[in-house]
Amino acid sequence: MSLSWLGLVLGPQLQLGSQAPEMNDKTGQLYPQARAGTAQQGREVYRANGCFSCHSQQVRPQGFGADIERGWGVRRTVAADYLFDSPLMVGSQRIGPDLANIGLRQPDANQLLVHLYNPQITMATGQKSNMPSYPYLFEKRKLGRTISPDALKFPSGFAPEAGYEIVPRVEARVLAEYLRSLHAEVPLIELPSITPGTNAVAETNAPAAAPTNAAQSSATNSPAK
Amino acid sequence: MSSSTQGLSSVATGSAPAEVISSKEIDASCRWPLLVFFSSAAFWFLFSTVLGLINSIKLHSPNFLAHCPWLTYGRLRPAQTDSFVYGFAAPAAFGVTLWLFCRLGRTRLIAPGFLAMAAKIWNIGVLVGAVGIMAGDGAGFEWLNFPRYASLILFIAYVFIGIWAVLTFKVRQQDQLFPSQWYLLAALFWFAWIYSAANLLLVFSPVRGVVQLCVNAWYASNLLNVWLSVVGVGVIFYFIPKLISRPLHSYYLSLVAFWGIALFGGWSFINTNAPLPSWIPALSSVFTLMMILPIVCVALNVHGTLSGDFKSVRTNPILSFIVFGAFSFLIAQSMNVLSAFRPLNEKLFFTYFTAGQAHWLLQGFFASVAFGAIYYIAPRVIGVDLVQQKSIRRHLLVFVAGVIIYGLALTLGGIVQGANLNNASVPFDEVIKGTLPFLHASTIGSLLLVIAGLLFAVNLSSLCFNCVWGMGKQLVKKGEERP
Repeated sequence: MSLSWLGLVLGPQLQLGSQAPEMNDKTGQLYPQARAGTAQQGREVYRANGCFSCHSQQVRPQGFGADIERGWGVRRTVAADYLFDSPLMVGSQRIGPDLANIGLRQPDANQLLVHLYNPQITMATGQKSNMPSYPYLFEKRKLGRTISPDALKFPSGFAPEAGYEIVPRVEARVLAEYLRSLHAEVPLIELPSITPGTNAVAETNAPAAAPTNAAQSSATNSPAK
Repeated sequence: MSSSTQGLSSVATGSAPAEVISSKEIDASCRWPLLVFFSSAAFWFLFSTVLGLINSIKLHSPNFLAHCPWLTYGRLRPAQTDSFVYGFAAPAAFGVTLWLFCRLGRTRLIAPGFLAMAAKIWNIGVLVGAVGIMAGDGAGFEWLNFPRYASLILFIAYVFIGIWAVLTFKVRQQDQLFPSQWYLLAALFWFAWIYSAANLLLVFSPVRGVVQLCVNAWYASNLLNVWLSVVGVGVIFYFIPKLISRPLHSYYLSLVAFWGIALFGGWSFINTNAPLPSWIPALSSVFTLMMILPIVCVALNVHGTLSGDFKSVRTNPILSFIVFGAFSFLIAQSMNVLSAFRPLNEKLFFTYFTAGQAHWLLQGFFASVAFGAIYYIAPRVIGVDLVQQKSIRRHLLVFVAGVIIYGLALTLGGIVQGANLNNASVPFDEVIKGTLPFLHASTIGSLLLVIAGLLFAVNLSSLCFNCVWGMGKQLVKKGEERP
């Protein structure tokens, strides 16, 4: 009756239950490190809105699936990457793209917020996102004397009607911080990362994100398609 | 209350004088708790399928109802699956278990009043949980998304239900056991064990990091592949022989199937390259493959029992429900075994295929078996004439069509999606476009399932209406007889 418990609960707990951060030779820092407070608050927003229902957060190794070829990561994810995450929301669906490294692909908070406000805006021309918009994470405000410092900056043609601005609520801001904190690229002894350029994969890598330039995709990439 | 004291006294004395209790009396003792279990199951089935319809529309039209935080896909999807498992499947399982313990043990139900109360507490728990998820309080774990305050209510209710069910089993007057009895008895303990252990390790005092992934997979596979499967197969092994008046084909096959499910069922749902030490996914795959053994045993036993009398399957809609359930069990479990193969796991994990597999198991297998059983049991415990075959058949047709359309759409859509996802030259938005026709088809299936839910609710409430109507008529008659 408890055989599967021994194998899937007790065994892993004995091996991994007391895993601790370790000194990383390459970076000279402890890895992993806990996320910043705002990012941890953002994880609660991620949980509350069930983002894990469509987005996974696990990268499979090269040669198994096309996760790395799609630019979803530079190496597979390992147990250490999730040490401080509770609840752990690795997800089992890819209705949307994997988010294990969304913070590398799109470090710009404004872009992430615009994507949450209306995913279609950040898509490359001719492409459509299947993600719902999250208008309830934002506030449409009448413009005061000046534009609010954290109002969304839209690309031309997508700005709200004149005299209004879109301001992210706290939930949206911390959620963007959480997404920015998602990156599992630190090279590990057992797992050197596959850096773009050294790998043939980068040439063919045209993730929906940046059809123009694959090699620099992590900097110019629009978020998750 | 008299029945409960009788039951308890026979527990105390150990060997009460054998008393022959008529089936009618046994059924009557189950009336109130079973009515609560079955009617709430009907309600939550409808609730869950309506959410399922909304979700299915959202998958191809993402901005449908996107403005309301309570109705965002990420909350509705867990609310849909969890209200199905805890709102529909569990109460249906409890109701059928209690009745089978009474009937097979030739005993009255112990403490029906308490059980009806526990059933209501359970329902309050499900309501709190579903509202909690929609309000943004979900726990964040698949199949265990109810917030902790709801899990606590459910657990308290379950302690009562479980204890009274086990006591009812204990006071049985028929010592010889039929396979269904130990299937269901084991399921009672199994649920208590996995539900408490998983809640403790994930929600109340969470383990660290990826161990949560293991515990979640362990819980999910024990919940679906062991608990629900054992209950459903136990019910199948009772009703098929019962409905065609023949013995179960093989006692030993049912024994092997039981131990097969118990040993190998709880290991699935771990992706071959999950971020874990590789022995864990390897072990998971190997044990999942061994599920072939119980699948074959169930198939042989069902086939052996039915063979020579297949025409009853067409003429008796209750039997059709049960046999369709058995058939879906084979599909769902075979899909599970297939996705444990490394090359297939690569293509199928992370796709609609896994959602389709859960659908075949929950709707195709469990709901179908539960509907059949409830149609058999409900009229007897209420004490009215059977439901009209015609209305059962209407429900059957709509339901089976819905299950097949939705199931095929997700299964095939998942295969296409997986093939595209693993080909990096297909841009992500093309992957999504490839799934759209299947998602549109799945909406038709969802709609049919909602209608099936409505028909079930109508059929069940017409039984209750007949009962009240009958009682009213009797009263009037008595009044007229009196001068």
